[in-house]
Amino acid sequence: MIQPPSNQTVAPLEHAVDAPHAAPGWILIAVYAALVILTGLTVAAAGINLGQFNILVALVIAAIKAALVVLFFMHLFWDSPFNGIVLICALLCVAIFISFAVMDTTSYNPSLTAPQSVQIGQ
Amino acid sequence: MSTATTAHHDPYLAHHFDSSEQQNASAKVGMWVFLATEILMFGGLFCAYAVYRHLHPDVFEFCAGKYLNTTLGAINTLILITSSFTMAWGVRAAQLNQKKLLIGCLSLTLLGGAGFLGIKAVEYRDKWVEHVWVGQWNQYNADYTGSDKVEPNASSAARTPAPDTRPIDPHLATADPNTGTANESKIKPHFTVDTSLAAPPSAVSASRETVAYENLSTPDKKRVNAFFSCYFLMTGLHGIHVVVGMGLISWLLRRSLKGEFNARYNTPVDLVGLYWHLVDLIWIFLFPLFYLIH
Repeated sequence: MIQPPSNQTVAPLEHAVDAPHAAPGWILIAVYAALVILTGLTVAAAGINLGQFNILVALVIAAIKAALVVLFFMHLFWDSPFNGIVLICALLCVAIFISFAVMDTTSYNPSLTAPQSVQIGQ
Repeated sequence: MSTATTAHHDPYLAHHFDSSEQQNASAKVGMWVFLATEILMFGGLFCAYAVYRHLHPDVFEFCAGKYLNTTLGAINTLILITSSFTMAWGVRAAQLNQKKLLIGCLSLTLLGGAGFLGIKAVEYRDKWVEHVWVGQWNQYNADYTGSDKVEPNASSAARTPAPDTRPIDPHLATADPNTGTANESKIKPHFTVDTSLAAPPSAVSASRETVAYENLSTPDKKRVNAFFSCYFLMTGLHGIHVVVGMGLISWLLRRSLKGEFNARYNTPVDLVGLYWHLVDLIWIFLFPLFYLIH
């Protein structure tokens, strides 16, 4: 908004060779390579004992892979932001749902077996 | 308006859209809303997974370690990622009017889906052979009728608490202010507490060794099927999505063989691509959550 855009800066498309919308080939190849490497990484990380952090590392790697797929294979990087908002809303709803369900998970006995000395219904 | 007159002559543009771009964008919004409902559906299953794994971490460690093949899971992950890549390249080919490349990419994607399902079938067959299938075909389930049924109460050794062999702290023993003498009975109770229902999770989880069934607590032994319910429901629903995706890709393949897609009209390829990537996306989470539990 500082300078009014002249025709010369607006007219050339970002990917002049490709038709508009088509994802650049090198990005798809790079994303594929990253996904394969991250898969190897998550298998390797599972072999190291990190205690409770194993699941955290696995989920962070999975989230990175998911972000790569969503942004580039699914075109959200180039798409209208509205599609991204739809996705984020869905993920937020899942997060709220799981959070509330997990909140009182440990508040119950693991087993409902009555103690042997108590005779129910007699 | 000039756009209205040209729109009527364009076989690929519905009359209520201004342009192909707007038509494609509208279809994509609809697809994303559908994908959002898919995420919500799987979200419920991921919630069940979170609750069960949180409550019975040893069950998941035991079952994943004993019954799931990490190599097959990793191969399947690579297959699905590769098929996602060929699908993405197919969408690109359609947008660039590369019709033969589109046919090749769709064929490879279909092949990837078939390979994934083939390996999944081998895995399911192994579960059947090992008698850890769903419901009454799972030897850990209460209504299993086979002779190799696993009884949670059979091994009473695990239920009986180990005798307390801890040495008495001499400082505590001599510090009785009332008598000034060591009084063992005041320090060590005569009764033993049955802690089998208390489900201490730390003892097994902390160790690096694979969890054996005998080491599970009694409540955990009765909840082994929680793992198999999660496993079959989540991978099964995912597998159904792979089947549906393969059907859609076959439909695209048939249409692309007729040369129906080009740089101006490729929205179906785009949308099926989004669906296939979502299927890949869900597996990206299922793989570490089931196959990489240690």
